[in-house]
Amino acid sequence: MRPLSQDDIAPTPWPVTTGMNILVVGVGGQGVLMISKALALMAQRRGFAVKQSEVHGMAKRGGIVFSHVRFAEQVWSPTITRGEADMLVALEWAEALRWLDHLRPGRGVFIADTRQIVPPFACRSRKRGAPSGYARETPAEIVGRHADGCALDATGIATALGDSRAANTVLLGRLSAWLDYPVAEWHDVIAAIVPKGTREINRKAFDAGRGWTPPAPDADPDLVAAVPDALPDRHVGVAIEAAWCKGCGICVKLCPERCLAMDGPKAIVATPSACTGCRVCEWLCPDFAVTVRNEGVPA
Amino acid sequence: MSTEALAQERDADARSRAEAFPFTGNEAIARGAWEAGVRVAAAYPGTPSTEILETLAEYDPTDVTAQWSTNEKVALDTAIGASFAGVRALAAMKHVGLNVAADSLMSMSYIGAHGGLVVVVCDDPGIHSSQNEQDTRLFCRLAGVPVLEPADAQEALEFTRIAFDLSEQFETPVILRGTTRLSHTRSVVRAGPRRVPPSRGFIGDHTRTVTIPANARRLHPKVIAREAALSRWMSETPLTQHDAGSDRRCGIVTSGLAYLYVKEAAPAFPVLKLAGSYPLAVDAIRDFAASVERVIVVEELEPALEQAIRAIDIPAEGKSLFPRLGELSVELLREGLAKAGLMEAPAPVAPLDITPMARPPVLCSGCPHTASFLALRSIGAHVAGDIGCYTLAAIDPLRSMDTCVCMGASIGNAIGMAKAGCDKPVVATIGDSTFLHSGIPPLIDAVYNKADITVLILDNHITAMTGGQDHPGTGRDLRGDAAPRVDTAALCRAIGIEWVRVIDPYEVGRLLQTLREATAHHGVSVVIASRPCVLDPVKIKGAPVAVRAAGCIACQSCMNLGCPSITWSGELFEGRHKVTIDAATCIGCTLCAQVCPTDCIQPVATGAVQ
Repeated sequence: MRPLSQDDIAPTPWPVTTGMNILVVGVGGQGVLMISKALALMAQRRGFAVKQSEVHGMAKRGGIVFSHVRFAEQVWSPTITRGEADMLVALEWAEALRWLDHLRPGRGVFIADTRQIVPPFACRSRKRGAPSGYARETPAEIVGRHADGCALDATGIATALGDSRAANTVLLGRLSAWLDYPVAEWHDVIAAIVPKGTREINRKAFDAGRGWTPPAPDADPDLVAAVPDALPDRHVGVAIEAAWCKGCGICVKLCPERCLAMDGPKAIVATPSACTGCRVCEWLCPDFAVTVRNEGVPA
Repeated sequence: MSTEALAQERDADARSRAEAFPFTGNEAIARGAWEAGVRVAAAYPGTPSTEILETLAEYDPTDVTAQWSTNEKVALDTAIGASFAGVRALAAMKHVGLNVAADSLMSMSYIGAHGGLVVVVCDDPGIHSSQNEQDTRLFCRLAGVPVLEPADAQEALEFTRIAFDLSEQFETPVILRGTTRLSHTRSVVRAGPRRVPPSRGFIGDHTRTVTIPANARRLHPKVIAREAALSRWMSETPLTQHDAGSDRRCGIVTSGLAYLYVKEAAPAFPVLKLAGSYPLAVDAIRDFAASVERVIVVEELEPALEQAIRAIDIPAEGKSLFPRLGELSVELLREGLAKAGLMEAPAPVAPLDITPMARPPVLCSGCPHTASFLALRSIGAHVAGDIGCYTLAAIDPLRSMDTCVCMGASIGNAIGMAKAGCDKPVVATIGDSTFLHSGIPPLIDAVYNKADITVLILDNHITAMTGGQDHPGTGRDLRGDAAPRVDTAALCRAIGIEWVRVIDPYEVGRLLQTLREATAHHGVSVVIASRPCVLDPVKIKGAPVAVRAAGCIACQSCMNLGCPSITWSGELFEGRHKVTIDAATCIGCTLCAQVCPTDCIQPVATGAVQ
């Protein structure tokens, strides 16, 4: 994005009608700031006072990113109070859920990409049949709870247009259906803030988002992370034959659950309850000293 | 600039002639400094202050020298030197950076500024990206240095410009205190032209500039007299603003960003918005207190104003109503004022019936630090950590850092651990930028005191955590020009370390072997894990690797890397989840392939993966 110049913000005369609080959320690298920059510029051109506030720092490291955009005749607080956001724009599904309570009850508009970015943190259990830690709420459940809004596969739409990174502009296009300024003005704003080479794709993405219509209900993709069927319990355990162990430490270093430890010259099972029966230690022991038990519970 | 000139400038007509830009607080501070004629500016990067110097570097190099210093003390010392030489100078840092620069600040308060000297300090209430939320206003009181606290970007520009005038008028360093919300909130700012005051020439007066005890004893009473004069200035300046309000049941005393929350939550009450919290604007506060029924102080973090106001026998309320922790908000203001019986309690916001998923920040796909901490985890050492992206290795799944105190603490901490006697080897880990910031003196100390430690220098050739800033080890300066490059290995040898190895952390086996040898070495050993950051200065993207699903036994050893490109696939093996790799984000570092016990992670290009 190039920095804004004086020309970009030259106000176009337009009666100031009503202000808005728009919260834009997502994960580092998704383009949250592009949406909030476009909104801020649009509002400035419309003669509003604008504040756009975000928190940097951890953003690049896959963490949560959020940007508050407020415009009105006069804006005081840089942040939107919980329960007072007129719109929530989310570039990722679980992030949409995280910020739901910021929407104005009964009036707030909810716009979310159904894209899921599953953090490593949500996939930590090696237990049999472990469920993912990712959010379980479906778009149908959530959209229905709010006055207005939609959940759409913006990333899919952008990918089909040729660049998945334009998903943010698809959402901006959808948002424009509520913030009904002339399309030409939106195109102009987008052209002012995106890199020159991406203007065309972003214009298409905006139009696709603006013209989006909900698919038939049965076409709604299954967005809940698969939960494996309940599995019967297994006897899982690990044992080390001390006489055969020469203390090389391979099993200790490679146990993904850190259940093994060195006790002087020998490896021991330090936390047997943590064993998931993956057998890595058994297969890697050069002396066949490790036995992993992973079998059905006797009836 | 005189107060009259300032009032004139605030006149609407004058403003309409000025240029307008959408600036963040940081950009506005840089603009304000430039307009004030700053000639020398220096900083060490630190969130949320980093962009101040980055913005100053965009101005003409003949206008202002803008440079990264090795640490905040050097930055302030540089600015002090420029002030001695008679020109306007600025140092910028985050709140904890002021701890590093504190020694210079305390002395400079006695000496006083010659050319205007402004220290910009950005606090981080709410601890978005720091190790604490210390309140710089208390530091200002300790140092006897006045503080100005702008509320938004427009004020950030004006207050910065005036701070230079104030500094020269009262011969004092001035602290401009911001917070994360000021630094990173963008709004339209009316900017003005640059006016460079003539250089005042070299300071010359060595009875001031040499802080021997005889001089210092003479200077200290001047600091106290200056405090009284500044207190009067704080009352009289138009930067201290009195909003009349309509409801005199209470009057609110506030400063900086807290003012914005007050105006939104309680627009009816009279407000005294102070230019800064120290020195206390005693006259203005007495007048204000006499005009309202009760005085309520709204301030973020510590009760700095509240206590100072009570000390002049005005029964102010504050922290009994508002939290002492974290950021303020309109919501907290409403709750506090309701508690005080001054407004209706806000309607409670229904709590979510959804538990938000945890999404902690993680090391990037292919981050070279990942391998270093994977190896450390295998070594079974006590690991003293430091400040940087790699501090994330303290949490699951890498979980291989025992301590992290502050910038540069790791090596000193490791010396103490080793001297106390530990059952395991002691390793200090420190990034390249942090090492140059404050790691060299403790490393010399380790050699001098014959400590038995290993120092792992995580050299990713950049200051990564703050967004990719150059430093003396990158070969480039703040403006991107070529600069001499520190040879870290040669530096270590020069201070007497015999055991120094440079390795590529992507070679996990060799890294592990090297660390084993290093920890077995008696005395100080240094391992430099050298591999550029995957994000800065250029984003690295190589051919991805993929999982051959048939061979995956769902041991999830690769998940121990915490790589954001690896996740569960839909398939199970013995009821456990197999893994899959996102080709779009995988950069092909091969760390997962190196730890896979069944060798089922392979480059996509070989065609081995279906």
